[in-house]
Amino acid sequence: MEFALHKLPLVVLLIPMFSFLVLSFFGKKLPRGGDWFGTTLLFINLGFSVFILYSLTQLGKYELNVEWFNLGENKILGLQTFYAGFQIDALTGVMLVVVNAISAFVHLFSVKYMENDTKYTRYFAFLGLFTFSMLGLILGNSIVLMYVFWELVGVSSYLLIGFWYEKPAPQEAAKKAFIVNRVGDAGFLLGILIIFLTIGSFTFNGIFEGVEAGKLSGGMLTAAGILLFCGAVGKSAQFPLHVWLPDAMEGPTPVSALIHAATMVAAGVYLVARVFVMLSADALTVITYIGVITAFISATIAITQNDIKKVLAYSTISQLGYMIMAIGVGAYSFGFFHLVTHAFFKACLFLTAGSVIYGMHHVQDIREMGGLRKKMPITFYTFLMATLAISGVPLTSGFLSKDSILAATLAFGSINGGFNYIVPILAFLIAGMTAFYMFRLLILTFLGEPKNKAKYDHCHESPKQMTIPLMILAALSFFGVFSFNPFDASGGWFLKLVKMPEHLLAGTSGLFYHILPLEEYMEHIHHAHMTAMVLSLVISGLGILTAFTFYYWKKVDVEKLTESIKPLYNFSLNKWYFDELYDIIAIKSTMGLSRMSAWFDGKVVDGAVNGAASVTRSFSKFNGLFDNIVVDGLVNLTGGMVGAFGLIFRKFQTGKIQTYIAFLVFGILVMYFIFRVL
Amino acid sequence: MEIGLNHYLVLSAILFGLGLFAMITRRNAILVLMGIELILNAANINLVAFSHFGGMGVDGQVLTIFVMILAVAEAAVALGIVLNLYNNFATVDVDEANTMKD
Repeated sequence: MEFALHKLPLVVLLIPMFSFLVLSFFGKKLPRGGDWFGTTLLFINLGFSVFILYSLTQLGKYELNVEWFNLGENKILGLQTFYAGFQIDALTGVMLVVVNAISAFVHLFSVKYMENDTKYTRYFAFLGLFTFSMLGLILGNSIVLMYVFWELVGVSSYLLIGFWYEKPAPQEAAKKAFIVNRVGDAGFLLGILIIFLTIGSFTFNGIFEGVEAGKLSGGMLTAAGILLFCGAVGKSAQFPLHVWLPDAMEGPTPVSALIHAATMVAAGVYLVARVFVMLSADALTVITYIGVITAFISATIAITQNDIKKVLAYSTISQLGYMIMAIGVGAYSFGFFHLVTHAFFKACLFLTAGSVIYGMHHVQDIREMGGLRKKMPITFYTFLMATLAISGVPLTSGFLSKDSILAATLAFGSINGGFNYIVPILAFLIAGMTAFYMFRLLILTFLGEPKNKAKYDHCHESPKQMTIPLMILAALSFFGVFSFNPFDASGGWFLKLVKMPEHLLAGTSGLFYHILPLEEYMEHIHHAHMTAMVLSLVISGLGILTAFTFYYWKKVDVEKLTESIKPLYNFSLNKWYFDELYDIIAIKSTMGLSRMSAWFDGKVVDGAVNGAASVTRSFSKFNGLFDNIVVDGLVNLTGGMVGAFGLIFRKFQTGKIQTYIAFLVFGILVMYFIFRVL
Repeated sequence: MEIGLNHYLVLSAILFGLGLFAMITRRNAILVLMGIELILNAANINLVAFSHFGGMGVDGQVLTIFVMILAVAEAAVALGIVLNLYNNFATVDVDEANTMKD
């Protein structure tokens, strides 16, 4: 059994890579494009990771740490040895199962969904690459390894969003996702550098030891925490970098389920959970508020969206905000619990959306759907199950995790008091909104009368390869998977495995935030539990009821209502104008700067170059003239003078002896004159 | 008026000048030769005059005899040349005999 912890994780990591390599190089030669190959490997991998999780519960955590490289003695930093390896602890074990499970189901689902695509093999190869990167991100025990795989998942996400790169929208979306993520990753890298400069270690344990020893504290610790969180803001699509996720829905729907709902976007939450114990009170405050703002903004946007995938995308952002907020308020286990439950029911929602889109022949607008319950019963019931889970209805996994988070936010309010009560208030409001927009989606899609008769008539239930993953995922949204008590998860295996850790800075306070010792904190949560449960039940019930009143029984004229709050409605429909805002702030200003640089380059730099050139030219011209006139002139003058003298003296050379005699006489006379007379 | 050395010298100078003038200006080869004779004779007068007034006995006269003999020899050779010139160019004009020029 030991080998399950010591060796198997590496096997689990490399299997998807193997799938990627085989499919990339030989995929086209395999029968059926090699889809069965990747899918089978992933299901084997799922088996292995379940076995690892089981071994973990039996044997406890394990870390393999080997010397990676050695920089030798360094004047500034001392002896630099870098370690790398993998770790198996509660977070990793659970994430391994979640990632492999969803990846395996998505593989199976895609076999049918992507059936007639021309790039079928490449699609499965990319899925393998993504799964490999994601597993590496989870397993790495060093923040640098995590960063490496972090970028790798970014690349695979880019490749899969832009999978249909022959169309302009996916291209744009892929670029947008990649660039927006870069912004967050820059912060992440800075955070890593701060940690390296102060602590000098990259492994998580090394970092925690460094923080405990006080090597990194005060403002720098807060800065490091916030910068690391920047990475999570990008990857987990938190405000203000959330804009890429809705656009990422241009990718194939199973990819949205795998990457942009269940696993990759949860990487940010995973990162925050991983470094939770070293986050300072102020960093946690920022994290909490970013989380709650994100959750609130995206919930308001989700209410008015009409594209089935866009609604789900905004609900994903909202739920991610929930998880971030949960970890921010200190409820580490609950946030992570919500990550896991959300992964299953959101993957289920996306895959059912995929099934609907497949059945409706690529219609995504919910205004064209309706009444699909009769045509697609399995899809409907699985969707219903997942919707109940996300809305927090009892007997679902979502209820368990959401309820604990709400309790934690209430505890947060009671511990820190004052305006911090805004967090639980918003959290409850968001829970109600979530229930409302999810049931709005459900009603408009599956209930009522069909709005597009032609499409409706051609609609059909999806084949088994698609419905089986749906049913399994829907079953995993059931409370029994995580705990046998439908109202309190704390006794279930999950929360027993993923225990709340003792915070390294317990007992310290930030500006508006107290980090309590674990026991005291649990006390507060325990007190809040009952209130939270009742309130959340009431609020999600209200949300669901409102949705039915509006869209099913139609007691309220929705058209009239939206008309009366038109500005608010448009504000939400246009996603709070974030894209337009960024267009002005980021794109326009960058373009302006580029234009200015271009002008500078064109006029000033080129001008200087051209000026230098023309100066050189005129100098050369002058030089040429000098050469031509003065130097050549002198030479010619010499020549000319010699010639002229020649011409003159030539006259004397007449060849007549009489002339010579005359000159002779003349010469003698001259000499006589000179010597005698003078 | 006593005839003195100066008178001989002036006569000699005039004769020399005339000879030189003839030698330079005449085109006819014969006339040029005649100019040369005049110059030689001018020198002879000088020799005789200096000899007489210088108290040197007959040295000047002897040298003059030599010069006259030399002049005869010269005239013989020169007239041969002129004859040849006339045979080749059908003229005795010295300016025409210019084939070695250029």
